[in-house]
Amino acid sequence: MLFYLFATAAVVTSLLVIAQRNPIYSVLLLIASFGALSGLYVLLDAPFVAVIQIIVYAGAIMVLFLFVVMLLNPPAEAIEAHRLFGRRPMIVGSLLAVLLAIELVWALTAAGGESGAFPGASVSSVAEIGRLLFTDYAFQFEVTSILILVAMVAAVMLAGRRSTQEPREASADATIARRGE
Amino acid sequence: MPSLNHYLVLSAILFAIGTAGVFVRRNLITILLSIEIMLNAVNLTFVAFGRALGSAEGQIIVFFVITVAAAEAAVGLAIIIALFRHHESLNPDTFTLLKW
Repeated sequence: MLFYLFATAAVVTSLLVIAQRNPIYSVLLLIASFGALSGLYVLLDAPFVAVIQIIVYAGAIMVLFLFVVMLLNPPAEAIEAHRLFGRRPMIVGSLLAVLLAIELVWALTAAGGESGAFPGASVSSVAEIGRLLFTDYAFQFEVTSILILVAMVAAVMLAGRRSTQEPREASADATIARRGE
Repeated sequence: MPSLNHYLVLSAILFAIGTAGVFVRRNLITILLSIEIMLNAVNLTFVAFGRALGSAEGQIIVFFVITVAAAEAAVGLAIIIALFRHHESLNPDTFTLLKW
């Protein structure tokens, strides 16, 4: 059955993502996980979401991650235990995550109600999504574009080289100019 | 035929895997990847509920979530680059400037 195939692939690759010490393998495995999720979206009659999952997530965001990993070339994560707590944070964190999984399964299935198959009616046309996006959700759409603009400016400012030295140089130039007068 | 509950259980498991990654890993890039796993689990929940209720809103909010994820990845990676330039490390334990 296709659902179990994609679900197993998504869970296994996600587990491998957090089991790797080398971030490059993590990023590549996460792309595989996104591919499996995209298959699940197709099964849910959402081809638009499946396509933007591949194009935007696997194609753009993950390439950004891969670019940063290769740019920084970070060392593989250290194996030695934490100097104060040893291996306890890992064990406690895994236990808390298992607890969260149980709690979420209980909460979501209690809210989900009937466990039958999906009703026949489904909205899968891209035209319908586009119409909603530019009528009912037009304001949110514009706010999102401003968010993207802000994030772009912030990324350039944070990662740009010499962003802290330029004011100093400018003031140095100003003092030189003042001395020259 | 898988039901709504199948998808909800799957997304709960994926969200918990992402949380475990944030707890367990000590590498900033892997922690950001774990956050992406969590965002995808939430997306799956939205699409599954939208399919069960027969409405397109579930897919529209996924569109917005992906946009926010892109902005978060851009800013987060810029911060990581700036941190790596100063400390030559991605281990969050080394960033102790704001600790007393």
